[in-house]
Amino acid sequence: MANNYIIGLFKDEEVLINAVKNIRAEGIKIYDVLTPFPVHGLDNAMGLKESRLHITGFVYGFAGTAIALGFMSWVFTSDWPMIYGGKPYFTFPAFIPIVFEFTVLLSGIGMTLTFLLRSGLYPGRIREKLDDRITDDTFCIVFNKDNKLNAEQEIKINSILKESGAFEIKEKNLKRHY
Amino acid sequence: MKAESIIRAPLIEGTKDYHKITEDICRPIEAKPSRSWLISITLSAILMCWGFFALGWTVWYGIGVWGLNKTVGWGWDITNFVWWIGIGHAGTLISAILLLFRQKWRTAVNRAAEAMTIFAVICAGLFPIFHMGRVWLMFFTLPYPNSRGPLWVNFNSPLLWDVFAISTYFTISLLFWYTGLIPDVASVRDRAKSKIAKVAYNIMSFGWTGSAKHWQRHESLSLVLAGLSTPLVLSVHTIVSFDFATSVVPGWHTTIFPPYFVAGAIFSGFAMVLTLMIITRKVLNLKEYITIGHIESMNKIIVLTGSIVGCAYLTELFTAWYSQSIYEQYAFMNRAMGPYWWSYWGMMTCNVISPQLFWFPKLRRNVAFTFFMTIVINIGMWFERFVIIVTSIHRDYIPSSWALYSPTWVEISIYAGTIGLFFTAFLLFAKTLPVIAMAEVKAILKTSGEAQKSAYAASHAHADIQSHGHGAYQPTKP
Repeated sequence: MANNYIIGLFKDEEVLINAVKNIRAEGIKIYDVLTPFPVHGLDNAMGLKESRLHITGFVYGFAGTAIALGFMSWVFTSDWPMIYGGKPYFTFPAFIPIVFEFTVLLSGIGMTLTFLLRSGLYPGRIREKLDDRITDDTFCIVFNKDNKLNAEQEIKINSILKESGAFEIKEKNLKRHY
Repeated sequence: MKAESIIRAPLIEGTKDYHKITEDICRPIEAKPSRSWLISITLSAILMCWGFFALGWTVWYGIGVWGLNKTVGWGWDITNFVWWIGIGHAGTLISAILLLFRQKWRTAVNRAAEAMTIFAVICAGLFPIFHMGRVWLMFFTLPYPNSRGPLWVNFNSPLLWDVFAISTYFTISLLFWYTGLIPDVASVRDRAKSKIAKVAYNIMSFGWTGSAKHWQRHESLSLVLAGLSTPLVLSVHTIVSFDFATSVVPGWHTTIFPPYFVAGAIFSGFAMVLTLMIITRKVLNLKEYITIGHIESMNKIIVLTGSIVGCAYLTELFTAWYSQSIYEQYAFMNRAMGPYWWSYWGMMTCNVISPQLFWFPKLRRNVAFTFFMTIVINIGMWFERFVIIVTSIHRDYIPSSWALYSPTWVEISIYAGTIGLFFTAFLLFAKTLPVIAMAEVKAILKTSGEAQKSAYAASHAHADIQSHGHGAYQPTKP
């Protein structure tokens, strides 16, 4: 599949947010916005839903708590009960440190892997680049031409981008997804 | 744009824009290695190799080549372990706790501090691992299904908690550091000229594009990892202190240990961060990003944590007297006046008395003085661990088993080797990866850049500010 995009490049994040708002007001679908650093207020302007990543963090963490507590309780009460220092088999307070560490460990690893997986990031991923300056000082609004854009809308996109302060507007035809 | 008080000094000095920040921070990576870098890395690599040789010697001949004896079973090894772990704590404090407190100045130092954490934890981990003697059996510390029953590890033991705490701490620090690094590696990738650099940075950047959705997830991940790391970093040194506090050795058996160890860890860690940052900002020419203001902020944390440590020392002394336990009292008398009196007074001078000089703003803002002090504090905190470990156990309950301990060349070489390892790793990091979190610095440029702040001040210079004009920020060149 061909990947044909129209991109508008900006030099300032406030101009960018304004442009995003103008475009969305016209009812045109923005495919993506690429920025060199996290721009606050951009997700709202784009209408992005809140990330659910932190919920997965809780789920992994809870799994860690359950596994660590369940495992240690099983070992010390049923699999190999042993008396340490005349204390009961089920020494809950002594389990807390490992339960906590394991909760944090699973939550951290799980969330990071989910983040990488959901964002399609892995070592050595090869992408064609839209513009080298995006990771430096340039903000970029991307429109996907394959995504039901008609000629009329394309003209409109061009004019709104220009009016909103894009310093460069171009079409990019890439062999694979950027 | 959210404006920041114009009275507050800028965090990024000079006239910068986004492109200038990328240029400044990528320059050391892209330039040819300097002579000073080559000399430093050669020296530290030699030191590191010498340390590895001593480790090999230990494995070949056994732990008997160390100076440990039946009374002093923990010597330089555990001293160094606690010292290195403590140093690591500052990185997590800067990157996680200061993130939760929304301290903007952390952006310039967090990347290097986190890298320092990772290298310090690697150095720390070597000591207990090699202290096990038969290192190839170190997997015995893990609860895996084995053919001996299965006989599980003792989950009630603080030493096992340490295994979990240190490995979790290392893993989470590594993830936190690397996910933060991904966008900045992408910046380096997009500037790379040579083919090798392009391929290498492409692999390391994981194909980062800077998509708004990815940034949103990235921010969410950073925040939760910071939230997880904050109790984690406190738990790690708490658990390290449990190694001592849960014993019945006079001088170790105290409930004050966890907060006292955590404060000491942050104290020594900030000293090491400052040692590294003062060199880095000079050698890599990053003085406009790591400003005197940054150094002063870190010195304030040093004076706070140093004072907590001082209070803890005095509380220990008071409690020993108040407890009326002759063993406890003797342990502290012996620390101050026994055969290791020099380490006790070295600790007191370096950790309690000298950091109090940072109450003077002139000294806090003096780079040369700060550098000298960071070395003093690092030495002092090493003495602290030596005092706690060796002076507490060398005279135990039975006078017939009292003994003295001094390290052999092997222990000294291993310690020197870890310092070599630490600096080799840090120098490699400084040459290949951005030492300052570019994306984060760019995100605070508009509120905290010097040029941006004075432009804002000029455009808002109405009667209200002018009437209180003495407080307004005046851009000056130092």
